[in-house]
Parts: sequence; C-alpha cells; structure tokens
Amino acid sequence: MSEKLTAKDFTTSQEVRWCPGCGDYAILKSVSKTLADVGASPEQTAFVSGIGCAARFPYYIESYGFHTIHGRAPAVATGLKLANPELDVWVVTGDGDGLSIGGNHLLHAFRRNIGLKILLFNNEIYGLTKGQYSPTSRVGTTSPSSPGGSIETPVSPGQFALGAGARFFARGIDTDKVGMSHVLQKAHAFVGTSLVEIFQNCIVYNEDVFASFTERKNAANTQLHVRHGEPMLFGDDSDKGIRFNADTWTLEVIDATKTPDDVLVHDETNAVLARQLIDLPSPVALGVIYRQPSVSFEEAFYAQHPSSMRRMKSVKDFIRGPSSWTVDA
Amino acid sequence: MNKNKDVDSIVVRLAGDSGDGIQLMGSQFAVSTALTGADFATFPDYPAEIRAPVGTTFGVSAYQINLGGGPITTPGDAPDVLVAFNPAALKVSLPMLHKGALVIVNNDAFTARNLAKAGYDTDPRKSGVLADFQVVDADISHLNLESVKEFGLSKSEGSRCKNFWALGLLLWMFDRGFDPVENWLKRRLAGKPTLRDANIKALHAGHAYGETAELAASLSQVQIPAARPEPGEYRSITGAEAMALGIAAAGELADRPVLFCSYPITPASPLLHRLSHLSELGVGTFQAEDEIAAISAAIGASYGGMIGVTSSSGPGIALKTEAMGLAVSAELPLVIVNWQRGGPSTGLPTKTEQSDLYQAVYGRNADTPIPVLSAATSGECFEMAIEAVRIAIRHMTPVILLADGYLSNAAEPWRIPDLASFPPIEANPLPESEENPQRKAFTRDAKSFGRPWITPGIPDLMHRLGGLEKDIESGHISYDPANHQSMTDLRSAKVQSVANFIPEQKLESGPDSGDLVVVGWGSTYGPIYQATRETGVSFVHLRHLNPLPGNLRELLGRFDRILVPEMNTGQLATLLRDKLGASPVSFEKVTGQPFLISELVEKIGSLRGELS
Repeated sequence: MSEKLTAKDFTTSQEVRWCPGCGDYAILKSVSKTLADVGASPEQTAFVSGIGCAARFPYYIESYGFHTIHGRAPAVATGLKLANPELDVWVVTGDGDGLSIGGNHLLHAFRRNIGLKILLFNNEIYGLTKGQYSPTSRVGTTSPSSPGGSIETPVSPGQFALGAGARFFARGIDTDKVGMSHVLQKAHAFVGTSLVEIFQNCIVYNEDVFASFTERKNAANTQLHVRHGEPMLFGDDSDKGIRFNADTWTLEVIDATKTPDDVLVHDETNAVLARQLIDLPSPVALGVIYRQPSVSFEEAFYAQHPSSMRRMKSVKDFIRGPSSWTVDA
Repeated sequence: MNKNKDVDSIVVRLAGDSGDGIQLMGSQFAVSTALTGADFATFPDYPAEIRAPVGTTFGVSAYQINLGGGPITTPGDAPDVLVAFNPAALKVSLPMLHKGALVIVNNDAFTARNLAKAGYDTDPRKSGVLADFQVVDADISHLNLESVKEFGLSKSEGSRCKNFWALGLLLWMFDRGFDPVENWLKRRLAGKPTLRDANIKALHAGHAYGETAELAASLSQVQIPAARPEPGEYRSITGAEAMALGIAAAGELADRPVLFCSYPITPASPLLHRLSHLSELGVGTFQAEDEIAAISAAIGASYGGMIGVTSSSGPGIALKTEAMGLAVSAELPLVIVNWQRGGPSTGLPTKTEQSDLYQAVYGRNADTPIPVLSAATSGECFEMAIEAVRIAIRHMTPVILLADGYLSNAAEPWRIPDLASFPPIEANPLPESEENPQRKAFTRDAKSFGRPWITPGIPDLMHRLGGLEKDIESGHISYDPANHQSMTDLRSAKVQSVANFIPEQKLESGPDSGDLVVVGWGSTYGPIYQATRETGVSFVHLRHLNPLPGNLRELLGRFDRILVPEMNTGQLATLLRDKLGASPVSFEKVTGQPFLISELVEKIGSLRGELS
C-alpha cells in the first residue's frame, strides 16, 4: 500500500459494545492510531484474543482477527506466528484471561520469546462475569465472590513476566494517549514477546481503582515516565528524582534539585532495576521498563527449518524406512 | 519342537526386566524377520514405570512376535517360544504358553533373591510347574559376560549386551543372517566402537551357543516359510511410523506445511518423535506447555494456513475438548489423533484399550459434531491420516482419528504405497460471487458445507472469526434465535455430509448375508480377521465411525445377529443402537490386552450355538 493509512483505516464497521465510558475505547483509539503511525498493513496484522471484555477487541480492528477461548489466546497466537512469522500478531488479554485461566500460556510465551505483542488490560476485576475479584485485585477487594474482602495476594504482571523470562515489559494508562502511543510503538518494534500492561479503568465494577496515580491534576507527582538513557525525574517541575538506596536495596524519591547526581538514569536492559521499578508504589513507573532483545522463538524455530517449512523432499524419499524388501509377482 | 521343523507360524515371546533391553531385542528380531519375507505382527507390552523395581512381576517388559507364512494379523494367542530373563518374566508369561512350548530361561537370574521377588516359594525349574514345557536353562548372563570379557567393559556395561546374546540365539534358531542387526549396531553405536564390537561379539556368541549341539540339545532350527503377499515393495512399520508418514504425505498432497503441536503423553509421544525428524518434508513440530496449548497452537497454525495437527491419549484429549469446539465454531481444519489407552483417569498408560469412542463421538459440550475415523492396523495409520486431513480441509472441520496404544508400537510388514495413487487434497475455492470479505469467508460449499480457507496475510480479505455464534451468512456475531438453530443444523449437516464422500462399507470377508456378522473397529481388526476366517463368519470392519457409512444399516440388516467385540464395555455397540437402531451383542474385554483369536472363536461358536 502506497497511501499512508490513518487510524480510521484500522476501524471496522462493527458497533462497539463496551460500556459507555469504558477505558477500552481509549485503548482502541491508541492502538488504531499506532498501527497507522508505524505503517502497519491490515492484511499483515492479526489480533488474537481470549475471553473477557478486552477480548472483543479483534472485532473492532480492521485486520485479521480471531476471538478464541478463555486464556488460550497466547497459544493460538503462537501457532499462528509459527505458521506465518511475517505477520504482526497481537494478543489482547485481561488480568483474568491472561493471569488466571491462561497464566500458564503467558508464562511459556515469555520464556520462549515468541513474537507476540501482548496487551494486558489490567482492571483488577472480572468485568464480563460481573465483578468478581481477579488475580490482580488487591487484598480486601470486596466483590460478589468476596463479600468479606479478597484474601489473596495479587500477582504483579511485571514481576510475573520478568520471572518467566520476558524480555519486554512496558506500562501505560488507558487514557494517556502520549504514553500509550510510545509503549505501543516500542512493543510493535520488539522482536520477541512484548508485554504491555495497560491500567484500564472499569467504570462499572472497579471504578477509579487506579485514580491515585491516573488523576490528571496530580499526574506529574504520581507518575514516573521512564525513558532509556534519561534521568528518572518527575514532579511538576521535574524536581523529584529516583535514587537507589544501597542500604535498603530499594528505590527512593529524592529532591532532584539538591542532589541531581544521585538521580538514576533509566537503563531498560537492567533487570534488577526493572524489578525495582515495577514494585515502586509511588510514583508508578510507566513506559518501557524492561527491554532486553534476544533471539525470538520463531527465529530459532526457522533456523531449525532452514527451508522455511517448505518441502525439500518427498514422502517417497522417506517411506522406505531403514530397510525394505521386494516381493515378486 | 522337533529338529529342523517347518512350521506355518510361530509365536515368540521375549520377557525380562524393563532395563533388559527387551523392546530393542524384539524390534531387531522383527526387522530380521521382515527381511526374510515372513509375515509378522508384534506386541510390545511394557510397564508404565521407566525402570520398575528390578526382578518384580510388575516390572516385566515383554515383546511378542508372531511370524509365519501368513496372513498373520495378530501377535498370536499363545507363545511357542519364551525367552525369560528372570523368574518374574517366567512367572508372568507361563500362563500364556502353549503346552510343549520351548522355554529358554536365564539360569543366572534364578537366585534366591529373584525367586522371592517374583513370588516363587520354590524354584520353578525344580517344582514341576515346567513339566509341560521343554526347558533350556542357559547361563545367559554368565556366557554373555564371558563373550565380551576381552573388551574390558564394566560389569554393568557388559551385562547390557545380554539382549544381543539372546538375540544371537534366536537368529540361529530361526536361521537368520547377522547383517541387519550388525548394520543397525554399526549405525547406532558408530561413536562407541567398543560397545558396538562387544554387542556384535555377544550376538555371535549367542548364535554359536545355538550351534553347539551338546549344550543345547533341545534347541532346533525352525524354518518359517516366506509369506506370499501381494507383489510389491515392503517394509516393517509401526502405527506411529505410519501415522507420521501419513501426516507428512497429507501435507504433500495438500501442498501445505504441517505444524504438529503436541504435549508428551504415553502412548502418543512416538508420533511426536517421528515427526520431529521430518522437517525436510515441510513438517514442523511444536512441543507445547500443555494439552490445551497443543491443540490451541494447532488451531492457530491452521488459521495461519498450515495443516494443524495435534495428538494425545484419552486424558489429554479430554483437556483439548473446549478447543475442539472452537475449531468447530471457527470452521477451521484440524486433525486430532487419539492413541487410546486404558482408563479412567491415568488408568493403564502403557496398555491398550478402545476407551474413547464415546468421548470422540459424544464427548463435548453443546451440539458439537466432529467426524471420527479409526485405523485398523499399524500400516493403515498412513492412509487414515491422509483421509483425516482430506476431510478436515474439504469440510473445514476438526477430525478425530482414533488409534490406540497397541497400534502405536506394534510392527507389521507394510506394502509401501504409491503416493501418486492418492488424489491431491484441495481447499475450497474462494467464492467469486461475494465481494464482502467477511461474507466471503463464510460462503460455504453446497455439498461439503466447507468454507474457503482464508488466512491472514491475504490482502483485502480481512475478516473476524471466533467462538461466539455467528450469522450464517455474514459471519458477524449473532445471538438471533433462528440463526442459532440454522447454524446448529448446518454444523450437523456438515458432518453428516462426510458420508457422501466416503466409500461404501464393504464386507472384509465371509458371506454377504447370514446368521451372524462380526463388526469391529480399530485395532481389533487382526484377531477378528483370524477368528472370522477360522469360523467362516462374515466380518465388517469400520473405519468411519462418525458419520457411519450410508449403506451400513442395509448391510448389517442382512444378518440375523451382530456381534461387536470391543476392548471397552460396548461403545460401538451403543453407537450402532443409537445411529442405526441395531441390536448388537456386545463382547467386552478390558484387561489392557488385545483379544485372543481363541476368545473370539469361542464367542462366535457359543453365539451360533444359541442361534441354531
């Protein structure tokens, strides 16, 4: 295609059926825009999803789309990527779909480093099944299935991913167009499995669960947008910074105007730093937190199938086995 | 057995500890047999434990082979020759033997400790339990170690040659040459010349033992006539080997790569191993993290335009069930191979059973029909794999292909087919009448109800598919009540339409009407074939189980009674009642062992007695 496509070209005629005000609308816009911005081709793009509110995504993107079964999207997408490694394969999942019923498949996608761009819409709740607590819900979350409050420790998507061997982890906020555009472009460009955790606001069952850091009026003080090679500064006048405290082995906030030399410079290849950033309670780290490229699963797979899975020989060449004999008429 | 006897067929059973190399010895003996032109059938029978406790009865690994002028279709009811490497192997095998059978025991293993482990209070060689047999007690362990002494191996390394020592003895008994075994050893142990030479030496030493008359007076050379099968080129093949080649052949006939996605499970894993060596044939293998991921990745591969195939055994197939429904809903081609084993639950992983016919035909949530095929013999796995892929692509549906643990491992001579005799496998063409890509993707063939196979990467045909109910024409999500009825009817009609493409059911043998017909499916083919041949009763063997062949009702209607022997509690009998309104007599066996011919002959006899 010679003409530059726009976000509109990646939009289907399907009526979008998320709740009015759902964070998914903003994510859909950011994804469509990113696809146009990176020059993606609709026919070379496939969206694969599991089950949940987020899983409706493929119906709304003008590309190939496959709405599969609960938790299995990474496995289906793995088969698709192996069958056609030229495709841009996106997986859309949620905290229930990806980290509960499908946790095993995410784990193995990460360790294999298969070329999937996984968007994990984290709203810390089961939306489609009407509001039960999810594997990312905080302790004490009251819900129809936890009237006394959830007693389970939530899983951290970032820690899970890095623990499983993921080589790309980024974070964004559904309504933050600039931040989302940045992480989606980086995720798109990554060769291997890229995981983007998107803080998604479920306005019906878990409204404002992320409000403490997503409220625009105080965003400068509650969000840390990390960029590789740049000092980790935040605050209204970039007056605060992040320092590594060697005594406690933790990150801490400092007054960057007083000790600017202490401010850490973000190194996206540093897994130890990434783990600290993932756990930082405030400010919440956003952007590409970890990125350490390695050979992708499909590259390794095709290296063992140098013919690109084309037939080099006929079954006739193999059918005789180690030895055969002839019976004459 | 008499000296230099000519016999029509003979059954040999090798038995020992699971670490004794029995399976290797058996398969090498099978290859030697094959090369002489004799017909044969084998039955590897081994425990679920990789190395079960030494010397115990439950740790006994056995390999039975029936060889002769043929046609040989079963591994034989009762062994004529037993090689028992220890008391436990003797104890387990003794009840199976023919009276007068030749029993070769490894003297060295009959220690007080091993006798106790096998549960013998007294030494069976002295207690009289072997009175009906010809016994040769050879010091196999000792003689083997002596023969390889010059190689300076450790005792355990040296001991491991004893299967080749015993194989040498068998080669002498059956007048076989050394070449096939030696060539195999040279290839296999190319990097370990000392072990290679030691095993070859042991092989020759065992052979020499047979030749030395005064040491082995009871042994005699047995001449097996060559079979007189159809002219052509033959090889020895197991079901796993034939299935692997068939899957690769289907890819070649469809001119598409195959992605085989599987999770290790007994007895399905040999297929994964075989296919992983066929990358030059456009076959890729993906070892998934679990059974669900395996079928899901296969579905993803099919979505991407490769032929997606997955394989497992009953418990794993159960896990794949939900994803099968997705393939049905998305109308994607997929082949699911089930190597059935004894159940329920983990059951008998290494023992065979026709356990999963209900699961295949009926075992899914909702109205989710899937075509079901089954292979009768090891060699037939080849053509049934091609047939399964053909149906999957023509009708755009998952297909279940039933095999079992017996077929996976059992070897038989196989007439190598001419690939050119199989028609190409063609996907449905794109409908030109339709412009809208979403509608185009779901415009179905009028006869097969198969839709075109449109895969990501093709320009201007972007569409969405999934597991939600979709509009019968546009393919968009639809919750419309009448549409769901139409789609349910369509899925049913699609699977029924397979019956219009498959061959009419034929009689395998026997008169085309009469008092009794025996109906089988799957690996019971061999014993039923022999039993019906012996009794002159008609025999029908089913390869298509869902849908059943269109003429089956009429064919079975020509007989007064229908006998259905099955290694389950009557699953095909239920299916015939359900689909045809037939009233079959069920003959069940769920011991984890194949039917004996004699059991079937007896059953047929008693049923005929009732009839007359």
